[in-house]
Amino acid sequence: MNINIILSGVGGQGILTIAAVLDTAALSENLNIKQSEVHGMSQRGGAVQSHVRISDSEIYSDLIPEGKADMILSVEPMELLRYIPYLKKDGWLVTDSKSFENILDYPKRDALYKQIKTYKNHIIINATSEAKKIGNSKAANMILLGAASTLLPLSKESLTEAIKKLFARKSEKIVKLNLEAFEKGIERAQNYTEFVYCD
Amino acid sequence: MKNLVLGNEALAQGAIDAGISGVYAYPGTPSTEITEYIQKSKTAKSLGIHSTWSVNEKTAMEAALGMSYTGKRAMVVMKHVGLNVASDVFMNMAVSGINGGLVVVVADDPSMHSSQNEQDSRFYGKFAQIPILEPSNQQEAYNMMHYAFDLSEELQLPILLRMVTRLSHSRSGVTFKERRMQNGMQLPVDTKRFALIPAFAREQYETLVNKKSLLVDSSEVSKFNKLELKDPSIGVICSGIAYNYVMENIGEDNDYSILKISQYPMPKDQIKALYDYCKMVLIIEEGYPFIEEILHDYFEENPKIIGKLSGDLPFTGELTPNIVGKALGLTRHIDEGIPSIVSGRPPQLCDGCGHTDMFNAINELIPEIGDKNVFGDIGCYALGALPPLNSINTLIDMGASITMAKGAADAGMEGAIAIIGDSTFTHSGMTGLLDAVYENTPITVIISDNSAVAMTGAQDSSALGRIKSICLGIGVDPEHLKMVVPLRKNHKEIVNILREELNYKGVSVIIAQRACVRLSSDKKEEIRQKIALIN
Ligand SMILES: Cc1ncc(C[n+]2csc(CCOP(=O)(O)OP(=O)(O)O)c2C)c(N)n1
Ligand code: SF4
Repeated sequence: MNINIILSGVGGQGILTIAAVLDTAALSENLNIKQSEVHGMSQRGGAVQSHVRISDSEIYSDLIPEGKADMILSVEPMELLRYIPYLKKDGWLVTDSKSFENILDYPKRDALYKQIKTYKNHIIINATSEAKKIGNSKAANMILLGAASTLLPLSKESLTEAIKKLFARKSEKIVKLNLEAFEKGIERAQNYTEFVYCD
Repeated sequence: MKNLVLGNEALAQGAIDAGISGVYAYPGTPSTEITEYIQKSKTAKSLGIHSTWSVNEKTAMEAALGMSYTGKRAMVVMKHVGLNVASDVFMNMAVSGINGGLVVVVADDPSMHSSQNEQDSRFYGKFAQIPILEPSNQQEAYNMMHYAFDLSEELQLPILLRMVTRLSHSRSGVTFKERRMQNGMQLPVDTKRFALIPAFAREQYETLVNKKSLLVDSSEVSKFNKLELKDPSIGVICSGIAYNYVMENIGEDNDYSILKISQYPMPKDQIKALYDYCKMVLIIEEGYPFIEEILHDYFEENPKIIGKLSGDLPFTGELTPNIVGKALGLTRHIDEGIPSIVSGRPPQLCDGCGHTDMFNAINELIPEIGDKNVFGDIGCYALGALPPLNSINTLIDMGASITMAKGAADAGMEGAIAIIGDSTFTHSGMTGLLDAVYENTPITVIISDNSAVAMTGAQDSSALGRIKSICLGIGVDPEHLKMVVPLRKNHKEIVNILREELNYKGVSVIIAQRACVRLSSDKKEEIRQKIALIN
């Protein structure tokens, strides 16, 4: 088994929480992991990504080769597209629809969604607004992970255990919120209807 | 169970388990997490391992040498350009040798993700004539620490351990081993070798040069170097992380002839064996063509040897599995580009950052002083070189804002401004300020003090609560030492003060003090208390 996932977003959006859940789950399933991440200058509101590689055999490269990612999981729609060169043929795109616009030449949103829809396998969900409904917009990343998990060979059990373990430091309430978000994501992916953009 | 750690954290745990008594460091991407890991480690705390940040890399390395002098093991950590700052002690401690094991960890940043250049630290190791270790993965990084300290004590030399960004910042499962005890205090039998007056230094240098063959022998039998001779049509020499990219492309069951190098000086016999056995030799290394140049020296300019110099691999930027695949003739698929709709997203100052208020004030005066007068420095405020601010004209190395402004003023520039952060000021700005004070050079220095080393992740700044007294101590005229609070509501006041000081024909310092907005309220409170205690 080999899984290559690119996580993407903007510095400060917290993609490393998603990485930590994936890593913890994979470790509990006795799988090998390599996960590279960005520290430094780009964390100040620049483009950031993390390469997550999970396998039952030895993993050599810390970076995913171009054209070898099974999935790009993004917390921001334009950042999703930045890593298209890494996507496998028929690989999956999973993203929040919520844009993060801290640059002057941010593209038109409808054009962005249209571009994403040109790739066959995509899931666009309004994770941030769903998360707000549950109680905290920060849980958007667990909604996205939930949706992505339906396409990954990691067990639901090990992922939920990982969420419990990682958020336990914060509070029981936060654990519950994130588990709920994760379930919400699974549900949204299973009953996926094409994302429709309305301004 | 394996521990999921960054390459940097693997090194740090390796150092704790190898029995260090202290780590000395100044933050710098991609090296910072090594020291932070030890600072947060409960084990390290209970063992009394020193881990407080130093003011700069030079003071860090000297302190590490001091600890080694007492017989205890010490590690010193920095980013590649930090070694430029520490190079004086680095070169000389190779001559004096060490007492307790001493490992210098330097993290290079190929592709300049967060740096001004992509210098390759292996050249420094060669320059100082000491062994260099270059791990290829996280487990090796951990294992190497123990080995490095043993080697250091055996050879009585400092060891250079070279990391690169991708290994520093990538996690993997690592198995930890047992921890060994720290060394007890054991002062050198003969301290003469640490007193490098010419007579002693000549003797010591002779000793260093005579160790050369011992160093090569050690590389030849090192468990971290590995030679496999299979298919003779092409031999691959790869070092450090490049080994992974090669293996990623060719897989476990391959019949390539490969020499993996993770310890230098180069294992000459192994290289010779591969060279004689193979028709072609491809060299894949992260950084400059270090091995490749040496091979051309061994075998003379030779078309049989290919790599970066022959153009088979790019000279600049970091390696990737795809670049390596191409050099091996294995990557075939045509890369799909990034969709044209995607815009660049460069980093920028946070909303509400105090540095922005200072740039806004400077920018208002640019019509009066000209747009080429602002000398910048390194830190978050370096982003003032980018749109929309476009305030800074120069950024070279830590501290150069003040000294370059001075040089320009000496040349006749009027209204030269230096802008420097609090940590950069204590790292390398203070000495330059003394130069300016000594001559009363007409420059205006803005110290943008956010009570943190923000760029590298908000570490504690040694400058905390001391900037004003340092400036007064250096001899800045109290009349021209101004304090401002960089807030939008104070914009007019800041512009007026800046204009006044620009008109003064001598050294002025404006300290702009407001904590980095990214600090938690707890941290800000802690800072307030510390400042109150100091003053
Ligand atoms: C010689 C050297 N050491 C370390 C670094 C890494 N580095 C860049 S900026 C910086 C900190 C700057 O802190 P400060 O001047 O307080 O500015 P801030 O980021 O807080 O705005 C460091 C440690 C470097 N570029 N060069
Ligand atoms: S981290 Fe702090 S100093 Fe750096 S840009 Fe943000 S607010 Fe400014």
